[in-house]
Amino acid sequence: MKFLKILIFIFFYLNPSYSSAGEEDKQNDITKNLRCLICQGQSVYDSDSEFANSLKILVKKKLDEGMEEKEIYEYMKNKYGEWILYDPEFNKNTYFLWILPILLFLAGGFVVFRLFIINKN
Amino acid sequence: MKFRFLPIILMIFFLAVFTIFYQGLKNYNIYIPKDNITKKIPPIKIKTLKNDNEVRLDKIFKGNNFYLMNIWSSWCVPCKDEHKFLVELSQNPKLEIIGLNYKDNDVNAKNFLNQFSNPYKTIIQDKNGTIAIEWGAYGVPESFLVHKNKIIKKIIGPLNENLLIEIENIIR
Repeated sequence: MKFLKILIFIFFYLNPSYSSAGEEDKQNDITKNLRCLICQGQSVYDSDSEFANSLKILVKKKLDEGMEEKEIYEYMKNKYGEWILYDPEFNKNTYFLWILPILLFLAGGFVVFRLFIINKN
Repeated sequence: MKFRFLPIILMIFFLAVFTIFYQGLKNYNIYIPKDNITKKIPPIKIKTLKNDNEVRLDKIFKGNNFYLMNIWSSWCVPCKDEHKFLVELSQNPKLEIIGLNYKDNDVNAKNFLNQFSNPYKTIIQDKNGTIAIEWGAYGVPESFLVHKNKIIKKIIGPLNENLLIEIENIIR
């Protein structure tokens, strides 16, 4: 029983998501998902441009104000369009993009099934 | 016999791919998000360069006037190039030019205006660049034409003669 208590203590006390670094981690996670619009293939987190630095400050400010991660993405999308987010949304312009890997996977599975399993029998 | 149609299908496929990429070559390759225009002005309070007083943005952009919100900085070289166009636009009685001083030092900003003359009716400060983000800006220089509390045109980069004519045509 004592062992279990120590284990629970270790889990809650040393788990990084329960420590004070939580907010900074969250800020980093958010800026990693935002595209630096004036850079070549860099996220806001990776870039040190004026634009990216301002965005980092703003993300921190919004987190301090109590905004949720999703609300911050929505806010950025509202200012700069969907392009600022790395994950394209599922809509009529992008459904092909999202469904294609699944279709290719199924088609590949079908080919494998036909060639190896049916031929074997 | 099984693959009789394969060459034809492949040919059609590659032709389609070629057509799509060839058409893509003709596209305008600078991406500007569509939903940046006809946005409302962010309702925030900011400090002015003149006396550090806080003002609400919607108090500056009031009524049916046209406003040109210009993001500038004393350290920005293209801002010096576009300054003469701003001075020319400031002569137009139908337009008020508002400056957003971006990540600048107060002394340098004032020296810049003393040297090149001041076309701005009001200058607001943006010490850390977050107000420019509220406007959906990318950097300096950038200008927003505002009418009836809405952004009607966004200009990324320095003003030039063609843009000057365009702005004058809109506010005429």
